[in-house]
Amino acid sequence: MTNGWVDIKNADVILCMGGNPAENHPCGFKWAIEAKKTRNAKIVVVDPRLTRTGAVADLYSPIRVGTDIAYLLGIIRYAIDQKRFHEDYVKIHTNAPYIVGEKFGFQDGLFTGFDEAKHTYDKTAWGYEANPKTKTYSVDPTLEDPRCVFQLLKKHVDRYTPEMVERICGTPKDTFLKVAEAVTSTGNAQRVGTIMYALGWTQHSVGVQMIRTAAMLQLLLGNVGRPGGGVNALRGHSNIQGATDTAGVFDVLPGYLKTPPAGAQTLKEYLEGATPATLGKQAWPSMNYWQNYPKFMASLLKGLYGKAATKENEFGYSWLPKIDGNYSWMYIFDDMYRGSSMRAGGKEPGPEGLMTFGMNPVGIGPNVKKMIGAHSKLKWLVVVENHEIETAAFWKAPQEYGGADPSKIQTEVFLLPASNFAEKDGSFTNSARWIQWKWKALDPPGQAKVDQEILARIFLAVRDLYRKEGGAFPEAIANVSWAYTNPAVPDLSEILKELNGKALADIPDPKDKTKVLKAAGQQLDGFAQLQDDGTTMCGNWLMSGAFTEAGNMTQRRNNADPTGLGMFHQWSFSWPANRRVMYNRASADKDGNPWDATRVGIKWNGEKWVGDVPDMKPDAPPGTFGAFIMLPEGVGRLFAPVLNDGPFPEHYEALEPACDNVLHPKVTSNPAVAKFKSDLDVYGARDKFPIICTTYRVTEMYHYWTQHLPRLNMLQPGQFVEIPEELAKEKGIVNGAKVKVTSARGSLEGVAMVTKRLKPAHADGKAIWQIGFPLHWGFTGEKGHQGTLANMLTPTAVDPNTWTPEYKSFLVTLEKA
Amino acid sequence: MSVQNSFEVVRSSAQVWGSGSSLRSLPAVSKLVDTSTCIGCKACEVACQEWNDLQVVSTEQRGTYQTMPTLDPSFWNLIRFDEHEVDGGIKWLMRKDQCMHCADPGCLEACPAPGALVQYANGIVDVNPAQCIGCGYCATGCPFDVPRFSAKTGKMSKCTLCVDRVAVGLEPACIKSCPTGCLHFGTKEEMVALGNQRVSQLKAQGYAQAALYDPQGVGGTGVVTVLAFGDHPEWYGALPRAPRVPMAVTLWKKWLRPIGFLAIFGAIVGAFGHHLYHGNKGHLDPGPVGPDEKG
Repeated sequence: MTNGWVDIKNADVILCMGGNPAENHPCGFKWAIEAKKTRNAKIVVVDPRLTRTGAVADLYSPIRVGTDIAYLLGIIRYAIDQKRFHEDYVKIHTNAPYIVGEKFGFQDGLFTGFDEAKHTYDKTAWGYEANPKTKTYSVDPTLEDPRCVFQLLKKHVDRYTPEMVERICGTPKDTFLKVAEAVTSTGNAQRVGTIMYALGWTQHSVGVQMIRTAAMLQLLLGNVGRPGGGVNALRGHSNIQGATDTAGVFDVLPGYLKTPPAGAQTLKEYLEGATPATLGKQAWPSMNYWQNYPKFMASLLKGLYGKAATKENEFGYSWLPKIDGNYSWMYIFDDMYRGSSMRAGGKEPGPEGLMTFGMNPVGIGPNVKKMIGAHSKLKWLVVVENHEIETAAFWKAPQEYGGADPSKIQTEVFLLPASNFAEKDGSFTNSARWIQWKWKALDPPGQAKVDQEILARIFLAVRDLYRKEGGAFPEAIANVSWAYTNPAVPDLSEILKELNGKALADIPDPKDKTKVLKAAGQQLDGFAQLQDDGTTMCGNWLMSGAFTEAGNMTQRRNNADPTGLGMFHQWSFSWPANRRVMYNRASADKDGNPWDATRVGIKWNGEKWVGDVPDMKPDAPPGTFGAFIMLPEGVGRLFAPVLNDGPFPEHYEALEPACDNVLHPKVTSNPAVAKFKSDLDVYGARDKFPIICTTYRVTEMYHYWTQHLPRLNMLQPGQFVEIPEELAKEKGIVNGAKVKVTSARGSLEGVAMVTKRLKPAHADGKAIWQIGFPLHWGFTGEKGHQGTLANMLTPTAVDPNTWTPEYKSFLVTLEKA
Repeated sequence: MSVQNSFEVVRSSAQVWGSGSSLRSLPAVSKLVDTSTCIGCKACEVACQEWNDLQVVSTEQRGTYQTMPTLDPSFWNLIRFDEHEVDGGIKWLMRKDQCMHCADPGCLEACPAPGALVQYANGIVDVNPAQCIGCGYCATGCPFDVPRFSAKTGKMSKCTLCVDRVAVGLEPACIKSCPTGCLHFGTKEEMVALGNQRVSQLKAQGYAQAALYDPQGVGGTGVVTVLAFGDHPEWYGALPRAPRVPMAVTLWKKWLRPIGFLAIFGAIVGAFGHHLYHGNKGHLDPGPVGPDEKG
């Protein structure tokens, strides 16, 4: 979230799209209800299905599954066309005035720079125009230059008329216009709107671009940085934000530092590649906060390797793993299944062992048959869990999953009982970036152990082996710093201290070198004190400030709220720097006055910034730096020449398309997506599989976990399939009857839920059926409440930026079971 | 009546005369259910079951989001889900079904077992299992189809409005668990005021027929409900439009039963007189037998 849960109460318009907050985030959704009750805020829901969020919406709009980009670009077009955008904001807080280089172009569904054989773009074709005289970039503050970002955007979205939105999305024009009007009612200084989204956007082959479109819309409406505004990702698990912040995926290290590529063999080379250069002259000077990258990295390495990390050995940089290709999880399981690594020229074998903690890859991976096939190739598998989940039981999966006979599977499976969230201390980082400490409620049962003990004991045993036996490259393990009071069960508050960081030598005060800012051994106050010379250590620069000399800030529970906006600065700790709204200076105009005096996020009082925590020196006057300090431009990007599939979003159909792309039939799906090629990676064609299907979650269940719990099974006893009344009639299916849904990869049985809440979609005027089902059941769980894993049907198709699978749109058939 | 509480009983089943002294007056309490902000999350269903130590009920998927078709002896709080087409749009309505704690409780009127159903001074209608004879008459007296007979215990059961929590100053478990604040608890007066405030807001937002459901046919209820479509209470899990205590029950309670008592009394007096005059020569005439004595 750019903002936070409580802040939703400050919005005038709440657009719920690509998410179903009432069902999947019911506790957070209270703030949407609060806004509705206290300020007559409008809840707008755009969803193929009228969900429980739609049930309390003021305005509900249907949409064909996966066509959100067309819908949002339609709203952007409407905002520009009707002059319902926040022009003053756009001029000073976005890259709208930037002139784009002449190489940029877009035709027939492709941006310039496309390599058809590799499915990749050469992103240098999209660069800003450099001014050779000033060695800076050109801008047109009037926004009139035909090659400025604003004009290019206007031209790009011109095709997305309300009529085109109806053709692509199937949304009746008048309904779309009502939504466009409501959303753009916030395109001014007086009103503000928020967007709540979740996996309904993320899990598409165009997922990142959907979210990009939302960000562009919010920038255009002037809603980013303001209380009640922002683009708000609703995280589905209690600590998924914390996991993401602490190296949740293969290409990032803690704090979103980059995993070193194989080519960067020295720290110097790596830092040159990873630290962005500040872009030159623009509307406002740019702070380019990432120029501090070397400090974050040096402190991380000191945290990882302790005393073994020295200036001479580049703080142990050479011991860090490097990546020579795509190691995202879909590719790992693809390697596992095929038994060879796609990287290193396919000469390396695939993985032979797997450890999973709090994750159920057999359940959550797309194309379950392939996932089970992949697991069958393993020599060993360690599953750390509360229940015997599908991954631990993969070897005895029912026959329909296509696995080998159990007697033929040689994988040795270790199921280690783990404590659950209530059985250990620690912190949760919520969607609002609040790192909140929580305390153990009860002891783990039986022999169950906390995760960190399981990890620590394995680590210590492996380190002993390396110490005793040497082996290949022992330094990477042997040099890891493990300075915990109880090495076998590290205390999580010690871990948090390490994540916060401390001074390793006296840190002089930059204002007065004779003074010491932090003495050696002291906890740091925040990431501004980090050094690049090895005199500080910090496990995650973003979390710096969470455990200072004043104590564990995540345990704070003071609900004082001087802003009246629900910022609660003394409640827990919010990264970064306890800031509650990111890019908050964009809530003020060029003189530092808030756009809306009734909702003051931050303002310049003539001497300093007051309100939320500022992201530059509190006494630096307005105009010192742009509000978007993490971008080299210092302003928000309406044009993002950095994504792998285009600097502007464009409507593409799913990888299993239900129809041609009406805008450019030759480029129907995202051209930057490459299909997987194993024998089990089959994709369905629409003549054989004419129905669009989507998957989702329900309030009563939690992922693939609660089907083990009788009380929740009572509330949602088993798999169902939501079917439009009209389709049910056509197929002779009655409510409550058994039905079978089949994709090119597998099929699933469930109880028909015939509903008015799901209507036939339309594409180019032709009706297309869409159905959907939740994903909570599997072949383990309480007896009588088992079902087929939903992902039996989903394809291995991924977004080209995040490699997130496209669970939300695929093609199927439906029949009576 | 899972624990003793200090509330004064003002009405009790199968007593011709109220048992309360009315010396201590208490304001009536009420829940407010705002269906226009209910998201059907069922947290109240779970909280009710857990607080009241109710057993998991076996259910199966029948093609609906609703947990089970109707209330159960072990399930006193059920969110009912209904789909309706209104002006070409779809409305998905959710309503919390539970004991309405009527001011004039038909269950209590109908109950023949003395003290099995009681109404406290604050309006809560409660079952006392120790006195309940499991006859099921309360169900026939209820216009909302709430009391359920448990074959396991041989008793009736229903929502107690968490009287054990209310007695120590806590709100009912369902209210505590509600994430959106669509459930409130307070005095009846406060809840009606809050409900009316939401109704005005809904009217301003275009729901011209919004209304507060507090049916007077049962003297008003201890659960008042905000309905955006107040002209169609039946759209909300078949809420009755004008609920009343069934005529048979009223007739029985108000007229036939007192007459029965009078008849018994008359018979006793008569028998006593007979005895006085004729001595103890035979058994006492039992007099007319009311239906309650049968079961």
